[in-house]
Amino acid sequence: MGIRERLSRLTPATGGRIVNLSRRRFLQGAGGLVLGLYFAPLSSPQSNAVAASAATGADFEPNAFVRIAADGRVTVLSKHVEMGQGSYTGLATLLAEELDADWSQVVVEGAPADAKRYANLLFGIQATGGSSAMANAWMQMREAGAAARAMLVAAAAERWQIPEVELQVEAGVIRHPASQRSAGFGELVADAARQPVPAEVRVKEPKDFRLIGKLNLRRKDSAGKTDGSARFTQDVQLPGMLVAVTARPPRFGAKVQRFDASRALAVPGVVGVVAFDASAARGANAVAVLANSTWAAWQGRDALDVSWDEAQAFRLGSDEIIARYRELAMQPGVPARQDGDAVTTIEMAARTLEAEYVFPYLAHAAMEPMNCVVRLSPQHCEIWNGEQWHTMDQATAAKMCGLTPDQVTITQLYAGGGFGRRANPTSDYVAEAVAIALAARAHGFEAPVKMVWTREDDMHAGHFRPLYLHRARLGFDGAGQLLAWEQRIVGQSILHGTAFESVMVKDGIDATSVEGAADLAYAVPALRVELHTPVDITVPVQWWRSVGHSHTAFVTETLIDEAAAVAGADPVAFRRGLLAERPRHRGVLDLVTQRAGWDTPLASAAAGERRGRGVAVHESFNTYVAQVVELTVAADGRYRIDRVVCAVDCGLAINPDVIKAQMEGGIGFALAMALHGAITLKDGVVEQSNFDSYPVLRINEMPVVEVHIVPSAEKPSGVGEPGVPPLAPALANALFAATGQRLRSLPLPAALRLA
Amino acid sequence: MLTLNINGQPHMLDVPAEMPLLWALRDVIGLTGTKYGCGKALCGACTVHIDGQPVRACVTPVGSVGDKPVTTIEGVGSERAGRAVQTAWRELDVVQCGYCQSGQIMAASALLSINPAPSDADIDAAMAGNICRCATYVRIRAAIHAAASALA
Repeated sequence: MGIRERLSRLTPATGGRIVNLSRRRFLQGAGGLVLGLYFAPLSSPQSNAVAASAATGADFEPNAFVRIAADGRVTVLSKHVEMGQGSYTGLATLLAEELDADWSQVVVEGAPADAKRYANLLFGIQATGGSSAMANAWMQMREAGAAARAMLVAAAAERWQIPEVELQVEAGVIRHPASQRSAGFGELVADAARQPVPAEVRVKEPKDFRLIGKLNLRRKDSAGKTDGSARFTQDVQLPGMLVAVTARPPRFGAKVQRFDASRALAVPGVVGVVAFDASAARGANAVAVLANSTWAAWQGRDALDVSWDEAQAFRLGSDEIIARYRELAMQPGVPARQDGDAVTTIEMAARTLEAEYVFPYLAHAAMEPMNCVVRLSPQHCEIWNGEQWHTMDQATAAKMCGLTPDQVTITQLYAGGGFGRRANPTSDYVAEAVAIALAARAHGFEAPVKMVWTREDDMHAGHFRPLYLHRARLGFDGAGQLLAWEQRIVGQSILHGTAFESVMVKDGIDATSVEGAADLAYAVPALRVELHTPVDITVPVQWWRSVGHSHTAFVTETLIDEAAAVAGADPVAFRRGLLAERPRHRGVLDLVTQRAGWDTPLASAAAGERRGRGVAVHESFNTYVAQVVELTVAADGRYRIDRVVCAVDCGLAINPDVIKAQMEGGIGFALAMALHGAITLKDGVVEQSNFDSYPVLRINEMPVVEVHIVPSAEKPSGVGEPGVPPLAPALANALFAATGQRLRSLPLPAALRLA
Repeated sequence: MLTLNINGQPHMLDVPAEMPLLWALRDVIGLTGTKYGCGKALCGACTVHIDGQPVRACVTPVGSVGDKPVTTIEGVGSERAGRAVQTAWRELDVVQCGYCQSGQIMAASALLSINPAPSDADIDAAMAGNICRCATYVRIRAAIHAAASALA
């Protein structure tokens, strides 16, 4: 069972099935799913704070996803957070397409937390993740747009007393050509609101699309993000608001023993110091300084004197963790995939290959450090956040405050990057903000609290991509043909101890630890994939852009390259031969090698330099991506990446330019991982603290990138993550092509030792 | 009490002279377009112009600014280079999460003020102090070239 199927079984407090609460008729979605369209008037003033505040009595709000004002403005409500991946633009494209709105009249607003109306249809809870936004919204947003359009058309037909079929709708205007009458959406909203919601609607055939698939649509978030007006959590200012900066424990699992606040309280602007405990949600047990500015809170935090109880603290270093994992990798693990008898085949093989791979902890390091704003009153908890995890965060906050989930409202703001971090399975940082707000209130501060982490806090707080070690063995016959593949994966389970463990960890296998390996696409005669999940390593871990694929693809795509070399075959031809049953893998592989000129030798290098080209192909989140990396290795062993060619098959391309941007960005994000990414522990303490010790990619390291999209009529799939996995293995394969050296751990060395 | 000249407007502030300009702008004056990313001049998210020069506001004590004009992302659109850069950014849809882009635009417009036709190498050299975790770098390069063409 796939992750999505398992997630969809997860039943939150509101009920996992998406129930239509309309007292009128409802729309039946494709595939029998009942859509989350909610046609009753917005009934809960608290849970609809955002939507209701912007609406006026004259607006036409046919369903939960669109509101049309008398001035013609079409507001699309996005249940998915915009964290750069283009979800606001994508959801608006789908709705505006079927509404036949003019792109310029469409604006997007974050939806409130309300799983009844805004659940992710693939998860059953309101959340953004797993590159799922477009896949789950594909029919829902189109049908919402089509329903609104039908009601506007009915209103025009009624007003002009003519049959609906004689009306045309284009770019926000309804026309009756015969009588030369026309009306903009805004003129019809009052009448449209009185029309019955259609029992069923028809959506367009792809040939009739005016917006979907078009290159000339500009992003809906560009303007605000280029003039400073876009609002992130960091920018929230509320009357009387206090800024909270925390003194965090030096090691995971440490607790506050005692603290002396006197020096902190002497800092001008500091108004209070409170201890808080969010450890139940894997947040910190720590001390927060409350002040009237961020600067004052920082100064106060630096002046604090805190002693820590480290009796339960985690004290291992990365080297010790790796040594333990290496021992585990020598033992059989829990089988995640068994085809044939790989073990015996390898023992009998004429030739074998053994390899070990090590992948460090990785921080997300989004540009906006974690933060969250909370305002409490006896019956209400209001949260402002770059909210990626509505239902879980709402439930966590409600439990902490002794409220019901519908007494917790969330205003979804732009997230300054996420890469998985803002969807924490235990709601760690939201729980910290609520804990601080509760502690502040207990100390008499009736004020909203903005919790802000420093960059150092963000890097030290854990919730990293787990450290993994893989051990692989291949068996070949005497002619070098691949017979068997055995792969052992060792690493912490992201889901262990979370609410997701019971549904997403099956028979001892956390699907997110083995995805990309246990479902190896290549037709290998015998395949065995095993997993070790150590539970005594208590570093907080979390999904990180592309999750398991961030390490499994490196192993599978460099290992298949090694197998090709043993067989004496071209890396592309060898892959194609094992992908006979995988047409979409072959499709991206063919497109990328054609566009990269794989069959034409690389332009030769300058004297003393060597050039290389490597390829990788990988499916993740139902999207297929192949990349070719071209590089030059200098005489001193340093190398530069010259060009990356990328082919992507994500089904029908809704916003081609957003898809290209996500591939470009995914390649840069993956390059940062491949070249620099490593969080290391020493005696339990994180050794990195800012961008000097945890470098990410800078512009001078960014290669030329070319992205090509496979034309497709398949259902759309996501693009936020799938650009990441193929890059590092393609890069390592290119280094092999240039130098003959196999590199099996990340990050790669800055320079190779050349003979 | 000190007076800052920001985007052509005087602002009187009662803050310690050692408070970084970033926090004076964000928390005291309410100009939140300038972002905090690292606090140590490592990421460029807080880039503003002081006297036309790109500066990291997170390590610039507010007391050191004096009466020199400060331009932030909220005001750079009233300058020719800044307006061209913002326009190119929108036409090429450079932004993703957008958090670093105020700083990118301030750095890019400062570059074009001194070098109206930068090469890729010039762009990389001038922009390497500005991190974009979404890695929008391909489009940043393209947009700077587009803005340079528009200004030529």
